This record gives sequence, C-alpha cells and structure tokens, in this order.
Amino acid sequence: MKTLFGILILVFFATASFAIDTSEAFEDLELQARYEKIIDEVRCLKCQNQTIKDSNAFLASDLRREIRRMLTEGMTDEQIFDFLVDRYGEFALYRPRASGKTLILWVAPVLLLFGGAFVLLKIVRRRMALPIDDDSAAGG
Amino acid sequence: MVRYLVPLVLLGLLFLVFVKGLDPERNLNELPSPFLGKSAPQFELPSVTDPAKTVGSADYADDLAVVNVWATWCVGCRQEHGFLMQLAETGTIPIYGLNWRDNLAEAQRFLQQLGDPYVDSAFDADGRVGIDWGVYGAPETFLIGADGTVLFKQLGPLNRDLWEQKFVPLIEAAGNTQ
Repeated sequence: MKTLFGILILVFFATASFAIDTSEAFEDLELQARYEKIIDEVRCLKCQNQTIKDSNAFLASDLRREIRRMLTEGMTDEQIFDFLVDRYGEFALYRPRASGKTLILWVAPVLLLFGGAFVLLKIVRRRMALPIDDDSAAGG
Repeated sequence: MVRYLVPLVLLGLLFLVFVKGLDPERNLNELPSPFLGKSAPQFELPSVTDPAKTVGSADYADDLAVVNVWATWCVGCRQEHGFLMQLAETGTIPIYGLNWRDNLAEAQRFLQQLGDPYVDSAFDADGRVGIDWGVYGAPETFLIGADGTVLFKQLGPLNRDLWEQKFVPLIEAAGNTQ
C-alpha cells in the first residue's frame, strides 16, 4: 500500500517537471540564476494569479524574452523591475516595493497585529479588575 | 452609547467593502494604467496595409488621437469593430491601430472583410511596442492628447455608451483648452 501511494505521489508530482520556459539557458550561470529569480517574481498580467515563469500565455513569453534581453544588455535587477513597473504598475511585481502607494500593503499587517494585541490587552485588563464572582466560579 | 456605535460603524464599513466587491460592473482584470497623465511611448512600425511604409506616434503628433490595440485572434476586437467603423465615419477623431502579436496576412484580410476604421495600423509582430504601452489584453483603447499625454485608457471592447461616457467629455475638455 505504501509503495502504491509512493508511486501515485510521484506520478502526480511529475507534472511539475514540465517546463513552460523552453528558451535556452544562459551560458553564464549567474545570469541564469538572476533570470530565474526575476521571472518568479513577475506577475503575468494576462493570467493574474501566475508568475511569468509559470505561464505559457504569449505575453508571459514576451516578457521573459524582454527580461532575457535586458539581462544580456547588463541591466541590474532594479532597472528591470523599474522597466516593468513603468509599464504595468506595481501590480506586476509579486513582491511590491515599499513606496507611497504600496505602503499600506506593508504597514497593514503590523498595524492589525498591534491593534488586535491592544484590544486584547484592554479586555483582559478590564476582566482582571472585576471582582471574582464566587457563584459563577462554582457553577462553571 | 459609544460602545454600541463602534461595532455599528465597523459593520457599515464592512458592508461597503462587500458591496464594492460584489459590484457586477467591476472588472477584476482592469488595472489603472501607469501612463495616465504621462506621455505615451513613441513608436514606429511597418504599416499593416502597406508594410513598405511605417506608422508611428509621429503621425498623430500635435493631434488628439485614439490608439486602438487590436488583433485578429481577439474576440473583443471583433465586437467593437462595428462601433469603430461608425466612429471613423463621423470623422471626429483619427483612430490609429496597433495590430498586436498577429499575422500580417490575416490582419490584412480582417480589414478587407470587416472594413478599415484606422487611419493606419502599425504591425507589432513580436509585441515589443505592446509591452512599451503596457498592453496586456486586447482590445485596449488609448486616448492621446494633442501634447502626447495619455488622457484615458479603456480595457475591453469599446461601444457607444462607453465612448460617450468616458471619451467624449475628455475630448471636449481638451478642445476647450486649446
């Protein structure tokens, strides 16, 4: 049974090895690593829940081609992200940069956490200040 | 009193969020164009009708113009084509086409069969100009001011209602300031 499960799991995960990006790898391993990192962080605007690494939409392959071109031209990662944001907006990046417009994305979780902790603390403090009611303590 | 007011206000806010989220008019794919109010990218490409000639942003410099991104594979482009033909007939504004990621022979046939509303269409075979313009789903329609700034961008098929609601006021405002 265990072997069967093992085989099934392997079969299901085999699909993960189908490459979307069929372009030739860079000769320079460092460039290839940067390339793979960048395309994993750029949203395919045509299919908005996929990165351009996962998508076979032609827009994704066009963007991969442009990113390859920019890398071979020696542009930095930052310049490439700027190129994409200039054209498609911050939404194109899966990891939006901290700027005026995206500040709320970065600040909101922290604010919510501290806000929740503050409210919790207030409630707990108030309950601790209440006299212990013997009846309710006995009852349950 | 206040302790009842706070949850009530929060509930109201949540309600507004839900109403906005359930709005049937909302297009989840629509993104604000980062070009609004900035100058439209320049381009120069072969013409679809005569590939020996070029079409480009220089053709409509100093004019108010519409740039419409289309392709023969795009269903929405066929939907809006009739309206574009009508719009072209009125002669209110020149319409330039950006034929995006298409096949030249098919694009020419499309215009022969359905009519050609464009002053001219630029043939963007590899989609590079499309990327420069931030195009991600045809049809897209840009309204370009006489100074070359993007005044408006419409995602999806254009029709008379959208034209009158979104484009006409901007065109009139642009006309008044000149």
